[in-house]
Amino acid sequence: MTEEKRYPEKPEKVYYFGTCLIDLLYPEAGLAGMQLIQREGIEVVFPQDQTCCGQPAWNSGYRVEAIRVAQHQLDCFNEDYPIVVPSGSCAGMMRHHYPEMFKGSTDELRANTLAGRVFELTEFLEHVLKITLEDLGSPVKVALHTSCAARREMGVATEHEALLKQLSNVELLQQSRKEECCGFGGTFAVKHPAISAEMVSEKANAITATGADTLISGDCGCLMNIAGHLEYQEKQIDSRHIASFIWERTHATER
Amino acid sequence: MQQSAEFHTRVEHALANGQIKTSFRSAMDGLMAKRKAAFPDPEALETLRFRGAQIRANSLSKLHELLEQLENNCHKNGIQVHWAERIEDANNIVLTIMQNHQADLLIKGKSMVSEEMELNRFLEQHGIECIESDLGEYILQLAGEPPSHIVAPAIHKSRQQIAQLFNEKFPDIPYSDDVDRLTRNAREILRKKFYAARVGLSGVNFAVAETGTLCLVENEGNGRMCTTVPPVHIAVTGIEKVVEKLEHIPPLLKLLCRSATGQAITTYFNMITSPRKQGEKDGPEEIHLVLLDNGRSRIYEDDELITTLRCIRCGACMNHCPVYARIGGHAYGSTIPGPIGSILEPQKAGLDKLGDLPSASTLCGACAEVCPVHIPIPKLLNRLRFERTRNDHAGATLGQSSGRTVMEAGIWKGWSWVHSQPRLYRLAMYIITRLRKLLPQRIGPWTQVRKAPHIAQKTLHELALKEGFNDK
Ligand code: SF4
Repeated sequence: MTEEKRYPEKPEKVYYFGTCLIDLLYPEAGLAGMQLIQREGIEVVFPQDQTCCGQPAWNSGYRVEAIRVAQHQLDCFNEDYPIVVPSGSCAGMMRHHYPEMFKGSTDELRANTLAGRVFELTEFLEHVLKITLEDLGSPVKVALHTSCAARREMGVATEHEALLKQLSNVELLQQSRKEECCGFGGTFAVKHPAISAEMVSEKANAITATGADTLISGDCGCLMNIAGHLEYQEKQIDSRHIASFIWERTHATER
Repeated sequence: MQQSAEFHTRVEHALANGQIKTSFRSAMDGLMAKRKAAFPDPEALETLRFRGAQIRANSLSKLHELLEQLENNCHKNGIQVHWAERIEDANNIVLTIMQNHQADLLIKGKSMVSEEMELNRFLEQHGIECIESDLGEYILQLAGEPPSHIVAPAIHKSRQQIAQLFNEKFPDIPYSDDVDRLTRNAREILRKKFYAARVGLSGVNFAVAETGTLCLVENEGNGRMCTTVPPVHIAVTGIEKVVEKLEHIPPLLKLLCRSATGQAITTYFNMITSPRKQGEKDGPEEIHLVLLDNGRSRIYEDDELITTLRCIRCGACMNHCPVYARIGGHAYGSTIPGPIGSILEPQKAGLDKLGDLPSASTLCGACAEVCPVHIPIPKLLNRLRFERTRNDHAGATLGQSSGRTVMEAGIWKGWSWVHSQPRLYRLAMYIITRLRKLLPQRIGPWTQVRKAPHIAQKTLHELALKEGFNDK
């Protein structure tokens, strides 16, 4: 998992894979990611035929169904542009699991080349675009929850933090057991709700204990889980996808 | 799904257990911190883990050959080797050895394979008393419980609980909850047993093929006692424990000790190569090695699942697992709990029996991140989820397809159908976003502790179009 990563030169064009969760629940986060890239002078292509990376079925054991969906994504991203994904989990799926998924099939080569072009949003902003951010927002305290896929599969935990640290009015607080999973795990939350509930409530408590005003995550699965619980508990804490958060604070007409 | 209901009941029970929430969780925190401190240099750790994985993978790749070599060298050294395909076979081998020596007492060192065999129960049915001599195992034997962790079997018990237990079982010994006192009491009781037993039993951490050496890692000295004091020593282990060369032991030992308890080396490390030779003052007169298969060769046949067999039983994966930390070891209902248990045990017992275990993970990857021999645990969990639900009957995993339900399969088929037709998908999302106010706010177990997710007014597909982002 810890192979040496190589990043391309700044491209003219990129593909954007918005993810199904963002499509339905957090489209503003998806859009913010696209706008951040566009602001750096890059054309962002959003293939309208994209749907889902296939991970939900893949992680539930339904491989045939997952492969069918993944195959359609292969069709959407044919050109040799980098593919930027505003989710560590979906990026991890496409980068690390597609090769395994299509191994031995006629799509193997296509899947492998696609996998090599996949970048999680924050690593793309940080390493390919070498973005510099000017914070226009008022002082705020935040806690960051990095998804397990972003941390362990994509290895982009430091990129998340590095971007937030560029924002001069943002104070990043550290919750206890920061590296521990929030208990979402896709269908895990449905199949083992009691364990998941225990995990999310502990995670939410650790976050509120920091005194943060806003919870940030680079993955909407975790956000939906933790923020859903915070809301249930009627805790006064905002939640934002990292792309929305950065865009809102650095976009001139916004504030 | 009978097994699911049972698993969920055990989980509920564990989650309601305050002991797990507090002391068990902090015990795991302690073990994690110790491991971390034992590997201060991340690069050196990676090199060592890579080496460990290589050694284990190499051993497995020539398993047949190495087992033969091990058998030959053991014979040369005077160790008698027995092969057991099934648990019954292994139990009967031990029983026969006991009977041949008219032994009615077996003193045991820590051995997870003997737990797998349920050896104690079996021998007791044949009138043989078994005494666990590892302190943790002894406590559990008194309590009548199975281990909840492979390295620290009684870690779920507090000092006070242990003191109570001793007080109940040995009313003549004055009550104490002082750890040293308790240990001393146990030692005095056990010491007599060591001298009385004609047969001692131990596990094996590594069996070296080139020299016919059995390596045993332990901290209490009870392992050395079990293997040297009684006239007969029986070592039981799984066939996968063999390694090729003696030079493979130092890196594996280093990985094992540091990953398990953060120790640079354990207090005792035994290398057993032969019974007592003429003129030697100690050691057993006879040594038997029982090599158990019990489904391991079936696991061995699969190119991906074979990595399960690399395990050196350090327990780091369970120490780092957020699910294990919350439900403890007993909830798994398998000999070995935690992440490694969730991949190993269903393969041995069958997915029809333990098929829930692979699903009881968020696939967070904390286990694979620390595994000293690079077992890709999340990948294997995923694979077993597939084996459990596939319907083509093409795999070799026991209990394959047993978890496939019409409803679940139907849901995923429908999901796949919608998500592989872009137009239909966009239409479906369009409709859902427009009807979002009408959708239920309670969605099963999700909303028992969470608010329902907020569906957007418009999808990203729509926003992208509206903002003028190109499709190509
Ligand atoms: S799977 Fe890896 S981490 Fe877990 S017990 Fe085995 S060797 Fe240790």
